[in-house]
Amino acid sequence: MGEKFEVVGHNERKVDGTALVQGKPVFVADLPERAGTLHLALKTSPHPHARIRAIDTSAAEALDGVALVMTHENTPDRPYTTAGQGYPEPSPYDTRMFSPKVRFIGDRVAAVAADTLETARAALDLIHVEYEVLEPVLSIDEALADGAPLVHDEPLSDAWQADRNIAAYSEAVAGDVEAGLASADASVDVTVETHYGQHAPIEPHVVSSYLDEHDRLVLVSSTQVPFHARRIIGYLLDVPVHRIRVIKPRIGGGFGVKQEVLLEDLLALTTLRTGRPASMIYTREQEFYASRTRHPMRVRMRLGADADGTIQAIDMDVISNTGAYGTHSLTVLSNVGSKTLPMYNLAPNIRFIGRAVYTNLPVAGAYRGYGATQGQYAMEVAIDQLAGKLGMDPLEVRSKNHIREGGTSPIFRELGEGREGVEQTIGSCELPACIELGAERIGWANKRGQRRREGSWVYGVGMSIHMQGSGIPLIDMAAASIKLNDDGSINLAVGATDLGTGSDTVLGQIAAEVIGIPLAKVIVTSSDTDLTPFDTGAYASSTTYVSGTAVRKAADEVRGQLVAAAAEMLDADPAELEVADEQITAPDGRSVTLEKIALRSLYGANQHQIAATASSVPEVSPPPFIASFAEVAVDTDTGHIHVLDYVVAADCGTAVHPRLAEGQVEGAVANGIGYALSEDLAIDDRGRARGVDFGRYKIPVTLDLPMIETVLVDSYDPTGPMGAKSIAEIGINAPLPTIANAVHDATGIWLTQSPYTAERVWRALREEGIDASEV
Amino acid sequence: MRLSFTLNGGSVETDVAPGATLMELLRGLGAVSVKDGCARGDCGSCAVLLDGRAVTACLLFAGQVEGLRITTAEGLADEVGLHPLQQALLEAGGVQCGFCTPGILMAAADLLEREPEPTEAQVRVGLAGNLCRCTGYVKIVEAVQDAAAMMASATPVAEGEEVGHG
Repeated sequence: MGEKFEVVGHNERKVDGTALVQGKPVFVADLPERAGTLHLALKTSPHPHARIRAIDTSAAEALDGVALVMTHENTPDRPYTTAGQGYPEPSPYDTRMFSPKVRFIGDRVAAVAADTLETARAALDLIHVEYEVLEPVLSIDEALADGAPLVHDEPLSDAWQADRNIAAYSEAVAGDVEAGLASADASVDVTVETHYGQHAPIEPHVVSSYLDEHDRLVLVSSTQVPFHARRIIGYLLDVPVHRIRVIKPRIGGGFGVKQEVLLEDLLALTTLRTGRPASMIYTREQEFYASRTRHPMRVRMRLGADADGTIQAIDMDVISNTGAYGTHSLTVLSNVGSKTLPMYNLAPNIRFIGRAVYTNLPVAGAYRGYGATQGQYAMEVAIDQLAGKLGMDPLEVRSKNHIREGGTSPIFRELGEGREGVEQTIGSCELPACIELGAERIGWANKRGQRRREGSWVYGVGMSIHMQGSGIPLIDMAAASIKLNDDGSINLAVGATDLGTGSDTVLGQIAAEVIGIPLAKVIVTSSDTDLTPFDTGAYASSTTYVSGTAVRKAADEVRGQLVAAAAEMLDADPAELEVADEQITAPDGRSVTLEKIALRSLYGANQHQIAATASSVPEVSPPPFIASFAEVAVDTDTGHIHVLDYVVAADCGTAVHPRLAEGQVEGAVANGIGYALSEDLAIDDRGRARGVDFGRYKIPVTLDLPMIETVLVDSYDPTGPMGAKSIAEIGINAPLPTIANAVHDATGIWLTQSPYTAERVWRALREEGIDASEV
Repeated sequence: MRLSFTLNGGSVETDVAPGATLMELLRGLGAVSVKDGCARGDCGSCAVLLDGRAVTACLLFAGQVEGLRITTAEGLADEVGLHPLQQALLEAGGVQCGFCTPGILMAAADLLEREPEPTEAQVRVGLAGNLCRCTGYVKIVEAVQDAAAMMASATPVAEGEEVGHG
């Protein structure tokens, strides 16, 4: 702390904001359509599990205006993963463009490219498919049952045990957990189950494609991972990477679902085969059932503690449902443990066992929170139950046990993303302040344990604490390039992918701060695989920390070059020069502007381009921390939960842009409240998702949410750019346990299955013998 | 079929297919601030002002706007600069990905026309038809109230009339 900043820490105008509020054409679907563009439509499986015995596309191909029909019979039979992760991806290569076996309702059967979307859709109906319907696997238990049908019966070497429907396995052990539990004074054993949720970005997946004047393939995609998309498409379609360009314009929200390469292959193949431009947008229904979801999980958590509340043993057993394909199955699974267990690092005895199973259900993937959401739900409910057994305030149990600055956990080393993790010591943790501020703001002392009633409504408060990471250490890599222009402005080119979070602004602020210029003099370009340097992409809470460090390093180099030029011009000692306010000043008061330096270096003496490219591969992943508090009212007549008040106190290190940081917390919490209360893909007993439109998949509107309040506590991480850590994901982990704990405070029932629909709460209240007549 | 109407102050005469929605028509005319988020009236991203009232353009046939006045986000700013709602959204941090923003602007403009000084509850009702997945609505609600204050203080005061709160 103590560093003073001119640009960082200030609520600068978002660099893309003015264009966005005017509705300028900045999204993929807004860009002018190229002449001769083909429109794609997708035929998906009506069966959860079936073999395609025969597929007849002749009538579709004969339809006027149809240019291409794609099926498993005429597309590459090359296994790959849609997971946009670093190479080699830690997800099994269990997917094909089209497969002769369909594995969930919504799996690809065929795609048509035609002159118009209407023609493409009409052609879909002319494709005749003969299915051999197979027995489906429709739950975790069915997947693990003896003699279960196999979702993947093809040769598959990189899934854990495809012959037992297990896509991935992860474990970590420290100490002796059974002995620790056996000798505990108090213990709890709780199992939570989570459901299918979907990201629901308001802009669905959308990609357009064309061949440029050099016949190179250009993909304009709403993607979080342009560089991974380029690599994966190159591999899948056997096209050299240098023949592919991926451009990411603005993105209309992603939340992880656009970390998947879902449409690019269809567009690429269409354009390569026909030579024509093409475009495709998922319908809202397809976005729900045929993109990606949050892994539903069953998490059993056992805790053992001394009578004074010190936790001695934590045992965590996880079964994750990855659906029909194992994209992100291993890494989300390991994250359930690695982002949950280090929080209570005093416990010497820890065991984590996780399995991810294949089912014939919608495919899960990366979703904001990335396993921490499910794991921390189990942990934070278990902590409240433990506090109840010990007769202690839940705040006290947490304060006694949570990790602190200078602390570490064996889990950091044991559990990485798909491989061993990285040891780290916590360099910043303001959780004590977060807990104190949040408790004060929600009125914990006065409201907890009161069970205040008003008519059929009963009131309670609850809380939980959370951590995430800041990028994936020693895996995530980002680069940034900066060059100086004539007028002293800079171009900042980053592969980092602003998906609406404001990262272009945040990265621009970091560059502006170092170089001593206003943000308005930073022209940010992101991301274009031809024009911007490499970045693994926008995921794992990495951009501010990982990409921000690359920007800081590149800016430091440019600053050094500016100082060297100024020293020549002023005939001064570079070590004594000061950089601020777009000029460089000597101790005697003489100064040169950056514009003068630029003009001299471009046109005058010692001519050269002042520029630098720098990379960042962090060795640690400092967790941000939050304390989350809510006040709820539960209607004992109907089971309806009303979230009256919600406060998050957050430690994200330096908030580079406080208002954007608050916005990340508020948006994540809103998404988490929706997931906790009303959002549900609602899979029926045939395996079909029913919640496939905004009418039935109920995401929160203004009327469903309180004025969520974010308190950013003063914090500084020694390893982050200007002291910054991440903030984008962490908030989504909070509502499941915070609301469950608040409902328990209000009613005495434990909500261990999501979502907390009125019907489920009503039934739980009745089981506990609580009804309105008690009031 | 032939159709004429006013779009952002200019008169438009165009041919349109009888089955086309207003959303398709407007996007085809280059008013791409009218976003397609669901095509069934759930998300509000395609909201436009039709004779001053916010409507979802995906649920109207193009033919229904004959002779009417349409405003989209492209038409909200004037020669002086951004509309107070646009400014307030920027200042408050009410824009994240920006995809829902044009629709929010239309709903908010309609609200402020009817209710120049809305309470938080009135803003929440006014925006209840617009889905935003990024912000949690906090800064959007604040921005609409900020814009209302900006517009109130910018309203020319008649001679002899007391100036109200600032």
